Amino acid sequence: MQWEVVIGLETHAQLSTVSKIFSGGSTAFGAAPNTQACGVDIALPGVLPVLNTGAVERAIRFGLAVEAKINPRSVFARKNYFYPDLPKGYQISQYELPIVEGGTMTIVVGETEKTIRLTRAHLEEDAGKSLHEDFHGRTGIDLNRAGTPLLEIVSEPDMRSAEEAVAYARALHTLVRWIDICDGNMQEGSFRCDANVSVRPAGATALGTRREIKNLNSFRFLQQAIEYEIRWQIAEIEEGRAIQQATVLFDPDTGETRVMRTKEDAHDYRYFPDPDLLPLEVTAERLAAVRAGLPPLPHMRRAQFSADYGLTAYDAGLLTSSRELADYFSVAAAGADGRTGKLCANWVTGALSARLNEDGLDVAQSRVGAVELRGLVDRIADGTISGKIAKDVFDAMWSGEGGADAIIAAKGLQQISDSGEIEKIVDQVIAANAQQVADFRAGKEKAFNSLVGQAMKATRGKANPKQVNEILRRKLAL
Amino acid sequence: MSNNTLKELAALLASGTCSSAELTQDFLNKISRLNGDLGCFVTVDAERSLAQARAADAQRAAGLAGPLTGIPLAHKDIFCVRDWLTTCGSRMLANFVAPYDAHVVERCNAAGMVTLGKTNMDEFAMGSSNETSHFGPVRNPWQRNTVPGGSSGGSAAAVAARLAPAATGTDTGGSIRQPAALTGICGLKPTYGLVSRYGMIAFASSLDQAGPMARSAEDLALMLNVMAGHDARDSTSLERPAEDYLRDLARPVAGLRIGLPKEFFASGLSPEVQRVVESAVAEYEKLGAKVVDISLPNMALSVPVYYVLAPAEASSNLSRFDGVRYGHRAAGYSDLSDMYMRTRAEGFGAEVKRRILIGTYVLSHGYYDAYYIRAQKLRRLIAGDFTKAFQQCDVIMGPTSPTTAFQLGEKSADPVQMYLSDIYTIAVNLAGLPGMSIPCGFDSGGLPVGLQIIGNYFSEAHMLNVAHQYQLDTDWHRRAPEGMA
Repeated sequence: MQWEVVIGLETHAQLSTVSKIFSGGSTAFGAAPNTQACGVDIALPGVLPVLNTGAVERAIRFGLAVEAKINPRSVFARKNYFYPDLPKGYQISQYELPIVEGGTMTIVVGETEKTIRLTRAHLEEDAGKSLHEDFHGRTGIDLNRAGTPLLEIVSEPDMRSAEEAVAYARALHTLVRWIDICDGNMQEGSFRCDANVSVRPAGATALGTRREIKNLNSFRFLQQAIEYEIRWQIAEIEEGRAIQQATVLFDPDTGETRVMRTKEDAHDYRYFPDPDLLPLEVTAERLAAVRAGLPPLPHMRRAQFSADYGLTAYDAGLLTSSRELADYFSVAAAGADGRTGKLCANWVTGALSARLNEDGLDVAQSRVGAVELRGLVDRIADGTISGKIAKDVFDAMWSGEGGADAIIAAKGLQQISDSGEIEKIVDQVIAANAQQVADFRAGKEKAFNSLVGQAMKATRGKANPKQVNEILRRKLAL
Repeated sequence: MSNNTLKELAALLASGTCSSAELTQDFLNKISRLNGDLGCFVTVDAERSLAQARAADAQRAAGLAGPLTGIPLAHKDIFCVRDWLTTCGSRMLANFVAPYDAHVVERCNAAGMVTLGKTNMDEFAMGSSNETSHFGPVRNPWQRNTVPGGSSGGSAAAVAARLAPAATGTDTGGSIRQPAALTGICGLKPTYGLVSRYGMIAFASSLDQAGPMARSAEDLALMLNVMAGHDARDSTSLERPAEDYLRDLARPVAGLRIGLPKEFFASGLSPEVQRVVESAVAEYEKLGAKVVDISLPNMALSVPVYYVLAPAEASSNLSRFDGVRYGHRAAGYSDLSDMYMRTRAEGFGAEVKRRILIGTYVLSHGYYDAYYIRAQKLRRLIAGDFTKAFQQCDVIMGPTSPTTAFQLGEKSADPVQMYLSDIYTIAVNLAGLPGMSIPCGFDSGGLPVGLQIIGNYFSEAHMLNVAHQYQLDTDWHRRAPEGMA
């Protein structure tokens, strides 16, 4: 039987505020346990929450960026459950009325664009951490993270493969950093996903029973976990066993998922509006102000790059994987024609990205600036140097030896395009390689390439290869 | 000195007749003499109080005294006072020393007032007789075998017994007004949002409101001047310009329209209380006020609505008392769930457990709409009744409580009878309106009766004026229990 996979993601993005969502406690990562938890965070008797407007602003930015509806009035609710790292015995979240409703994300898988619908995005606070190691059979509680602002972004079940789910998560990851609402640091838990996965017979309209994979904090784990889950679910059904709704955890060591809890032991969270907080009102003026501060978004930049330089969806997607990279490319390609623009794109996504990667640098820290890169690309475009030589020039630029023109001049790397000079060299090569000349004339095309190679070698690669070809062919034909 | 009002004490301090240290010592002496019998205070710390008094005296010597500098007062044990035990009347917090001051306490400290101690209360403010306190009952100074009312029973009895000239209280369903009535003192529950809830241990957040308890309307006004004001740490605290609640005290009440809701004078009201309240209203008529008959048709729903909403909020507010970070933790347990169960079973008393169970039930899946949502709708109807009523009258009057003080143990076996003790006060909290109780006479057994005055939103200055004018004309508020003056 053919199976269709259905995936929806719930993503927690930690909002990049300096203080917590309902207190003045610091959100900085990595402090000694319980040193960044104030009275509100540890839920002393008598303390009260006060909403951080910076968190609200970031939620609005997100809502506007995905063209969602920003509710003029949303409500904070209490989600009640007992756990030692949940100091109040309830989590403040948004339930019936979230701040953001609807919206869409566009993802690119291969060369295909697809729209993923969003259900909602709501503000909530994070819990603390339970530390089960190092306490000799007891559990330690670290409340530094308690009260950290989160935006929970819930998608519709619109994804049909692990690849699409990863593409969506990556697009979301790009977007939240792009609009400066989340640092996207997945190791530190600033961006983590829960995946709801189900399968159904191809063509069926009803959804299969889903299982939710919790807390995936890398794209690789997301992919592996979903792929495993799909295989497992299909095997179960094919062996005649029904899928039970459950929450599962992915174990990266075994590559498998295991059940954490089933529907039977689901909590009754007893949500109700938090009487300590007034409904959150967002005025039209506030919306307009946030909108005015929003940068052009990835999909807009992508469309513009494609229109201006004829880039493929794939390349445009790579160039908009971060705002810094898109900005870099925009500067590099400024005013360029399609051919030069494409060359710029190739250099940015190719040599430059590779070098950045090797040296562990962000594009903002690149040792070759956008204007300098364009200087190099222009010399390729106008035939001063070949693409091959350009790689050496780029390396020299990276090592801080100066701009492209200076390096080309200093090292004498200009391409030889003077046909008189090339003819002389070709004559010498023909004279010195009688055997190959004879072979070529006897019909061995390979010998021709060898002769070109000899000519290029004699000019240390600087001869215009196209001209070498033409002249050599003409002379051999004589 | 202890029989003086705040205003009189302020004059004594200002004239140099006595120092704050002397005054404070005087009250401390009286507390040590009578508290063992009355049980008003849970914590007294003479050293700390006297240090504060001496600081107030120094402040006065430096010419920096305000109207209440050096005046002692008692804080209900629901308010966090830095470095003081803050128990909320519960075993759960019997060991909890607050690391910070409540907003109300900050304001009192800033005004130079001296903390005499922390007063007894119903556990987590849940009760109408002060009998649910983990630290034992409070006895009504008028008759030791009767209750002082609750939940601010310790504060009320302390003020009535002249162990403190004033005290702070909190009122979720009548917890300032009912004990004020039962002990013959004055108590004001302000408009919801007027006084910050920061540092006040939450019972039902949408209903809780702090207010002053004292022996005259004028003293309440002096106290409210200190207590009221915006606080950014409480999102439900209202941003309004500061008011002087003394400003209207002298206004005559001629022409005042007093609404008498027929529902306040129906079955369930003790005839003696009715007679005393009616004579108080007659006194107002003599002063030129007019009586208007009004109706609050949804009044009867206020007790059931309250006993859905308040427990719902309480069940969640009290979840933080889990034995993990502070407060009581059971000595032995087998696992996490066992620790929670033992800790909370040991730490909470029966009434608190009852309300947590009710609240958990009404918020549960499948019951939420039928109870919680329905109660919220009815709450709006009840508030609407008052809005309509205030189109016909300036203030509403009636009894504060259907009876005078009842016997210790009389109602503790019957929660519903106990809940009905607040039948006239609860609707005011549901509507968020200001309400007060002032003494207006005695029943045949010599127990005080309270007159409840309910005003429109933010009409505290006017209500205090209305009460003050009555007190200029009568001396009920000056009566003291035998041997206490």
